[in-house]
Amino acid sequence: MRTHEHKAGAKPAALVPSVVVVALLFLSACASSPATSSASPGTRFPVSIAQPGGTTVTIAQRPRRIVSLSPTATEMLFAIGADSQVVAVDDQSNYPASAPKTKLSGFQPNIEAIAGYTPDLVIAAEDTGGLVHGIQALHLPILIEPAARNLDDSYLQIAQLGAATGHATEAATLVAKMRSRVGAFVASVAKPARPLRIYHELDNTYYSVTSATFIGQIYKLLGLTNIADAATGAAPDYPQLSAEYIVSSNPDLIVLADTKCCAQDIGTVGSRPGWSGIAAVKSGAVIGVDDDIASRWGPRVIDFMQAVAPRVQQLEKAA
Amino acid sequence: MLGVKWRSAPLVVRGLPSLPALWAAVGVVAFLAACAVGALMGPVHISAGTVVSALTGGSIDSGQANILWSLRFPRVVLGALVGGMLAIAGAAYQGVFRNPLADPYLLGAAAGANLGATLAIAFGPGTTLIGVNLVPLAAFAGAGAAVAGAYVLGQTVSGLRSNTGLILAGVAIAAFFNSIQMYVQQSQTGSLRQVYSWILGRLTTAGWDGVWLVLPYVVLSTAIIFLHRRLLDALMVGDDEVVTLGISVRRVRLIVVVAATLGTAAVVAVGGTIAFVGIIVPHTIRLLAGRSYTVVVPLSMLFGAAFLVLADTASRTIVAPAELPIGVITAFIGAPFFIVVMRSTRAATL
Repeated sequence: MRTHEHKAGAKPAALVPSVVVVALLFLSACASSPATSSASPGTRFPVSIAQPGGTTVTIAQRPRRIVSLSPTATEMLFAIGADSQVVAVDDQSNYPASAPKTKLSGFQPNIEAIAGYTPDLVIAAEDTGGLVHGIQALHLPILIEPAARNLDDSYLQIAQLGAATGHATEAATLVAKMRSRVGAFVASVAKPARPLRIYHELDNTYYSVTSATFIGQIYKLLGLTNIADAATGAAPDYPQLSAEYIVSSNPDLIVLADTKCCAQDIGTVGSRPGWSGIAAVKSGAVIGVDDDIASRWGPRVIDFMQAVAPRVQQLEKAA
Repeated sequence: MLGVKWRSAPLVVRGLPSLPALWAAVGVVAFLAACAVGALMGPVHISAGTVVSALTGGSIDSGQANILWSLRFPRVVLGALVGGMLAIAGAAYQGVFRNPLADPYLLGAAAGANLGATLAIAFGPGTTLIGVNLVPLAAFAGAGAAVAGAYVLGQTVSGLRSNTGLILAGVAIAAFFNSIQMYVQQSQTGSLRQVYSWILGRLTTAGWDGVWLVLPYVVLSTAIIFLHRRLLDALMVGDDEVVTLGISVRRVRLIVVVAATLGTAAVVAVGGTIAFVGIIVPHTIRLLAGRSYTVVVPLSMLFGAAFLVLADTASRTIVAPAELPIGVITAFIGAPFFIVVMRSTRAATL
């Protein structure tokens, strides 16, 4: 909330507006303000946000025209109640459905096209094609919120977006809720003596994720052993595994993140030659998750854990 | 049958060198040795005794038998088919165009296959047509369409008596198809990784399905090229002289190019556009064993198969349990090897 400063020695007539203002402030402070309709108390502008590389970005006032070029950032913005401040999101931001999707690309950003939406804040996941340089040349603030490596990164990004949009309280509430749901999922799975082995599939050419990725960290929290970790030497985060190795590792659980892109499901996996003997295939422990949920690091990680954790719990009971 | 009077052809080309027995033996040994290496090595350690037992029908652990028969052996066989086909197609193209730098992708087969595969991966993943996955079908169709387009274009430009028109048409078609492929690849960010992976080449096998898919094409194509090896020698003397020998240059060129392209399209459809094999293997054979196509054609087949099987073994063992795209290996090994061979051979043979 803004306080208006008045010059010393104002004429008595000028006191009337100040009295009105003070009265209004008094009244609004007493009334409980709905969290989503105005800036939360405690958010001051200008605010400085730390950026990768050690720089900071200063946002002078509450942004009203946000352009999001990152699907995860879009999900976060809508989850913290900044939806009315978002005027355009990129072509990959398909959640929530009410997000104002445009043809803007986060991969091949077109600075002119972005400027066409007269944004006062731009948010992206990576600085490709000179995006940061271009937006800064327009004297606009741009926040880069890169792929999170673990849940703490994700919570930090939600907090940053909360501070940047004037929804710090909602952001903190969301983070607390996520922490407690994650904690509940983690508590619900036992940590058996022989950890269950998991294979997470990104596409049908056997690209997988190691524990150095966001999704890999989720599996680690759930106490699973990721078979792709043996390939960390080849690629630290997204190795392409050999079919022979996957079959011989005999994973207990297979999570398919290629149900939409490559039309894979338990049937197609089971019919791959040599795969029918895998423990996960024999016990039917092949889960398909939405490709988007598995590739983003926003609030829907809870949905991801909802899909995976109960199955892990079930497998551990059966083991 | 093949546009040539068979009775006159042997008269014409009699006296050309035939394949020396020593080189044939070396080729066969190299091929068998490479297959042995491919069967014995892999990201999963399986003892030599187990592999031999699996091949001779002895009883072994079912998990290892599964890996060997469903994954490793089909991959070795496919590697041999793909490598042999690309090398022999390269030799055929080099013979037809009288150019030692020709490769099977000269007339746009790679560009067409890449475009077909990109479209199939981006817009129809997982769909099957007549029981076969759409991607190899689309790649095959794309490769065929590109070469056919190059032929038609080359014919309108300068007539098929001249090689140059055909090659230029191939370059134009390849550039055009490449541009469309690049646009689709860039605009469909969701499938970027799969497309890129396909283009670099990978001998992923659907068990033996990939082998059965390419086998008829490879057999047919290889047979036709093999039968024309003496004619390829005859073509070396030049278009005008060859016509006086009673050989229809246009028809021989058409048949050989069609056969080579058919085989190339089939193996590229399954394995992706693996580079270097088609140009390096025949050229190296030529530098080492002699310029006659009676030598180059059969040896290219054997050594091409051996080369690709070894490259594939490397791609799945070097960074095991991860895999490297095979195109990276063929270029990495092939280029320096080729330079060594070139430097150690007399310049006169080039």
